Amino acid sequence: MLPKLPSAEVRPLSSNSEITTPVVDAAREELLVAIKSSLGDAVVDSHLKPGDDIWIRVRNDAWQTSIKKLRDINSFDYFCFLSAIDWMPSPYGRGEDDPTEPTPQRDMTIRSGYAGGETRMQVFVRIVNSKTHIGLNVKADVSDAVPTIDSLITVFAGANWHEREAHEMFGIEFAGHPDLRKMYLPADFEGHPMRKDFPLLARMVKPWPGIVDVEPLPGGDDSGDSSDGDAS
Amino acid sequence: MLGDRQQLSYIAAQAADARLNLELETEGMTLNIGPQHPATHGTLRIIARLDGEQVVWAEPACGYMHRGYEKLAEVRTFPQVTTLVNRIDWLGSFANEVPFILAAEKLMGVEAPTRAQYIRTILFELSRIANVSLFLGDLGVQLGAITPVFLAFRDREYVLNLIESATGGRFHPNFDRIGGLKDDLPAGWIDETRAVMKKLRGFCDQIEDLLFGNEIFQSRTRGIGVIPRDVALQYGLSGANLRASGVDWDLRRDQSLPMMWNKADWKVWTHPDGDSFARCWIRLQETRESTKIVDQLLGSIPAGPVMAKVPKIIKVPEGEAWVSTENPLGEMGYYVVSRGDLGPFRVKIRSASFNNISITPWLLRGVYVPDIVTILASLYFILGDIDR
Repeated sequence: MLPKLPSAEVRPLSSNSEITTPVVDAAREELLVAIKSSLGDAVVDSHLKPGDDIWIRVRNDAWQTSIKKLRDINSFDYFCFLSAIDWMPSPYGRGEDDPTEPTPQRDMTIRSGYAGGETRMQVFVRIVNSKTHIGLNVKADVSDAVPTIDSLITVFAGANWHEREAHEMFGIEFAGHPDLRKMYLPADFEGHPMRKDFPLLARMVKPWPGIVDVEPLPGGDDSGDSSDGDAS
Repeated sequence: MLGDRQQLSYIAAQAADARLNLELETEGMTLNIGPQHPATHGTLRIIARLDGEQVVWAEPACGYMHRGYEKLAEVRTFPQVTTLVNRIDWLGSFANEVPFILAAEKLMGVEAPTRAQYIRTILFELSRIANVSLFLGDLGVQLGAITPVFLAFRDREYVLNLIESATGGRFHPNFDRIGGLKDDLPAGWIDETRAVMKKLRGFCDQIEDLLFGNEIFQSRTRGIGVIPRDVALQYGLSGANLRASGVDWDLRRDQSLPMMWNKADWKVWTHPDGDSFARCWIRLQETRESTKIVDQLLGSIPAGPVMAKVPKIIKVPEGEAWVSTENPLGEMGYYVVSRGDLGPFRVKIRSASFNNISITPWLLRGVYVPDIVTILASLYFILGDIDR
């Protein structure tokens, strides 16, 4: 193919206008006030990054009604995705421990992200206004003892598969979901793989080669990418 | 509403058939489609319960290609994740890398140099052309027309050669880096790309003549699998599937990202019908628009570096970021949570096909058996993009 040379056929661009992040985001701030007034005391916490996104956290028991209000009053009519986060740091780290050494001490304190949180598990959903294209991330705490939250299936029919996936991967029960069958894994699979205390088995049965390969690779550092094609 | 009409016609047909079924004592049967079927672009399995020729209930059985990328990303460093996400939608791999890299850059407060942003946008559009041109050819095969797929494979090869000569990989470029690109464009690439874009426009015309003007094709697709606007929004459909239902929304235009789509003059196509024909037609128009975007951007690539100054060992500051782009299959986004570590704490991959296919249980209810294939083909999914 073509030889790899620094490109010669370039010409300067006259107007090089970069996209700058506004410090004050009037539209989103206004929206956040409107959201808080329509949801009332259901909103526990909120976070706004100007020019980027809004995060709000609602009470677990007000989850379904809040999303419904956001859809009907604040016209967030587009369902983007629903998922969950396990905020506990993994006890296995990145799976790169040397099995011959004792397990290193890790900071296991649970810290939540934007808009805070009181529990280890959180469910979050992203909904978007299809007219203004402004999105909103809504989070809700899910208690560790009884990880249950209301299903959004009556609000957004598209939540069906997303809730099935979150149920399978995180073990969260969605009350009112008609069919929480497993989405990907075999029906008799035990455990919830995306929880942080579920080890990545590939790293458990065979230690990460990074700790085994102490010799440098032959042929210097820049060996280039190789690609294998699993294309259709 | 169009969707209601489809459901009503099903009920009417049911009522008409009911007496006949009583007389003939026909029983429902279960039809298994796949996991290996040409209409499924991978290994999707669909279980359909039939009543005569009509589908009573259908549901895809996913998981034949679940690779657990969200879990794997948690044990990798940020630059390593691009290798994984390349393999989500393997027909438009470069486009998968971009939103993840943009999310990492957003958290780090880094922006790629302008030249890199131009090249990123061009490669992004090239992967769209490579992806969707195969769809346009494959569409014919699924409806019984063999010729278009040969044209598609021939012309897609030109685009893949371009991607290969620029990135080194035909399907999995792994070319995007935090802060820019791995390399600059090779010499002569720009002229070659221009010539290929011209060829691809010819390909679009050819497909339009061969397929979209074809009476059989039209009767197989028009009015089949109608998705009304509000249902499309509820299920989170995206890309051409959403625009075919009359929603004027393209993330390339309606979002400010450090990419160069707004530097080109192009059009977002929508269609009011929401049927299979509309979805296919939108994709054809989008391929044309993509060639126009590439052509215009090629002429204005500025000189300069392709890599910003980033540290050798990349640590991403604590925070959460969501970035999504308009990928060949629809909205592809990453919700990245970082803890100030070498690798992400959590990556939620929002892939287009997962949402697009989640509508099938609703959409396939009441359709005739041959239309299952039409609808699946027109929704257009890649299995890796559903299962991740």
